[in-house]
Amino acid sequence: MPDPIIQIQKVNKWFGDFQVLKEIDLVVKAKEKIVVCGPSGSGKSTLIRCINRLEEHQKGTIIVDGIEISEDTKNIEQVRAEVGMVFQQFNLFPHLSILDNCTLAPIWVKKMPKKQAEELALQHLEKVQILDQIQKFPGQLSGGQQQRAAIARALCMEPKIMLFDEPTSALDPEMIKEVLDVMVNLAKQGMTMIVVTHEMGFAKEVADQMIFMDEGMIVEKATTTDFFSNPKNDRTKLFLSQIL
Amino acid sequence: MTKINLLKPDNKNLPLFLTLGSLFFVFGIFDFYSNNFLNTNITSFLPRIINFFIPLIFAVIGLHFIRIEFSGLKILDNLNKNINTSNFNATLSVIIILLIIFALPPLLNWLIFDANIAGNTKEACTGGGACWVYIKVWFNRFMYGMYPNSEQWRINVTFVAVLIFIAAGFFVPARFKNYLSFYYTILLPIISFILIYYIISGGSFGLEWVETGAWGGLSLTFIVSFFSLIFCFPLGMMLALGRRSNLPIVKYSSLSFIEFWRGVPLITVLFMSAVMFPMFLPDGTYVDKLIRVVVAITLFEAAYTAEVIRGGLQALPRGQYDAAKSLGMGYWKMHIFVILPQALKLVIPGIANTFLALIKDTPLIFVVGLLEVVGMLNLAKTNPKWLGFSMEGYVFAGIIFWIICFSMSKYSQKLELKYKTDR
Repeated sequence: MPDPIIQIQKVNKWFGDFQVLKEIDLVVKAKEKIVVCGPSGSGKSTLIRCINRLEEHQKGTIIVDGIEISEDTKNIEQVRAEVGMVFQQFNLFPHLSILDNCTLAPIWVKKMPKKQAEELALQHLEKVQILDQIQKFPGQLSGGQQQRAAIARALCMEPKIMLFDEPTSALDPEMIKEVLDVMVNLAKQGMTMIVVTHEMGFAKEVADQMIFMDEGMIVEKATTTDFFSNPKNDRTKLFLSQIL
Repeated sequence: MTKINLLKPDNKNLPLFLTLGSLFFVFGIFDFYSNNFLNTNITSFLPRIINFFIPLIFAVIGLHFIRIEFSGLKILDNLNKNINTSNFNATLSVIIILLIIFALPPLLNWLIFDANIAGNTKEACTGGGACWVYIKVWFNRFMYGMYPNSEQWRINVTFVAVLIFIAAGFFVPARFKNYLSFYYTILLPIISFILIYYIISGGSFGLEWVETGAWGGLSLTFIVSFFSLIFCFPLGMMLALGRRSNLPIVKYSSLSFIEFWRGVPLITVLFMSAVMFPMFLPDGTYVDKLIRVVVAITLFEAAYTAEVIRGGLQALPRGQYDAAKSLGMGYWKMHIFVILPQALKLVIPGIANTFLALIKDTPLIFVVGLLEVVGMLNLAKTNPKWLGFSMEGYVFAGIIFWIICFSMSKYSQKLELKYKTDR
C-alpha cells in the first residue's frame, strides 16, 4: 500500500467557546477516496477546510504530503497549490471568463506560459464537457455547468489531492448527476479525494472508506461495504435510515 | 339620453370629457400665468386662500376628467400612464408644472433675453439681465489666473500634451493592456509633472520663469484636481487594504491615518500645509506651495477613498477569498487578480462621488493664496471698475463646475456598464 498522503492526529478546533472538532484522527493514503457524511453542523466542512488551512486548527497535527500545516508553515501557498478544492457555492470568479478562471492560477501561481496554461485548461474543460462555454462569464452558466467549471479550475493546478465540500448541495436535482459523473470519472483516474456529501449512491460507487461525523467527532470509520451493510454505531444507523 | 357621471369619466363620452378636461386644465395654467406675469387676477373676488389654490384645483380637476382608460388615443393614454395615474400623482405633476412655469421665464430672461454680451465696458450692460460682458472681459483671467498674457500658450500646449498622453492609454494594442494601471498611476503623473514643470513653470529652454503664485484660474483647478485624483486612488487602495490587514502595525497605522484625515476639515489641512509644514522642514529646504497643497488634498481625499474601497472589499463574499487561497494564491496575487477587480467595480459610484467632491473642494486652496477659478472670481468682483457682478461670476463658475462634474459622472456610469459581467 502507498504511504499516507494526509495524516491527521488528535486535531481539535474551537470557534470561540464552541468546540467544532474533537480529537480527530484520520489517515488518507494516496489514491484513496474518502466520503465524509453526517448531519449539518457536525464539523465535516470544517475538517476538510483545515486540510488546506482555510480554517486554522488549535491543537493536534495535520501533515499533508510531508509538510506539517500550522501557523508556522511558511509556504502554505505551496501546499494549497497541491490541494484542489471544490466549494458548495462554486466560487468561480465572476469577473473572469470560464477560460480565464481556469488559467489564472496556473499562470500566476505556477508561472506557466499563457499558451500552455490555455491548452491545459482546454483539456480539463473538455473532460468536464463545457468546452462550448469557455468564453462565457460564470453568471451566464447554469449551476451544474458552474460547478463543473469549478472542478476544471481546481484540476488545472494539477493537484495531488482534491477536496469536495458538499459539491452538489446547491444544485437543482437534475444537475446533480452531471457533476457526480465528472467526479466518478475523476475517481476512476486515481485521484486522491475527500468528499463531503450526502449523495450515498455516489459514496457506494467510489468510496474506499466512509466516515460518519457527529458533534465534531468521528463516530464511525469503516470500509464502504461495512458502513452500509453493517453499521455499528446507533447514531450511524439512525442517520442512514433517514437518508437512504 | 344617458346620465353623465362627472365623477367617473368614461369612454362613452370621450369628446365631452376631453373638452371639459382640457378647458379646466388650460384655465388653471392660464390663471397661474396671469397671476404671476400679467398682474391680473381674474378670480380676485374669491377668498384669498382659495384664490391662491385656484390654478392647482382647476388643473387637477381637468386632469381628472381626461383620466379615461382605453380611450383609444395614444397621446392621451401615454399622458395618463406617465403623469396622470391618480389624483395624488396628478396633483404632484401639476405642482411641478406650475413651479417650472414660475421659475423658468425669469431665469431665461436673466440668463439670455435681457442679458448683454456686446461691448467691453461696464456701461455696455444696459439690460436688466446678466452682464456677460463682465465674464467676457475677465475670461482670460478666469482661465489662466495671473499668468502673463503673452505666455498663456504654454499652458495650452501643456494641457493638450497631457490630454494626448491620457488618450494614448485608450488606443494601445491589446498586449500592453496589462501595463495600463502602471502607466496611469506612475508614468503619467511623472510625464505630466515634467511637462508642467518645464513648460508652465519654465525657467529653462529660454522660457521665462513663472512662479506658481501667478498660476490660477480654471487651469489651476485642473492641475490640482488632476494630480490629487491620480495619487489619492492608489494611496486610498493601499490604506483600505492596510486597514483590513492582519499585521497590527500596518492595521493600526492605516486606521489612525484614515481617522485623522477624515476628522479634520480640509481648510485646516490646507492652512497647516501652508503655515505649519514649512516649520518642520530643515532650514533652506523649500517645497513649493502648489506641491504642498496637492499633497494635502491627496492625503485628505485618500482617506475618504480608502473607506469607499473598504466598503467594496467587505461586500465580497468570503467564498471568493477561499477560492483564491485554495488555488495557492498569496495575499498580493489574491488581491490583485481576484479581490480588487471585483471590489473596485462595486465601488465605482462611490469613487466617482469622492472624486466629484474633490474637484469641488479645490476652490478652498484660496486659503494659501492660490486662486483657481472661484478665487479669481472673488478677486475680480472686488475690482472697483467692475463692482456688482458677483452673481454673473458665481453662475459662470457653477456652470463650469457642473460641466466638469457631469461629464465625470457620465463617464463613471459608462465604466459601470463596461465592467458589468454578472447579475
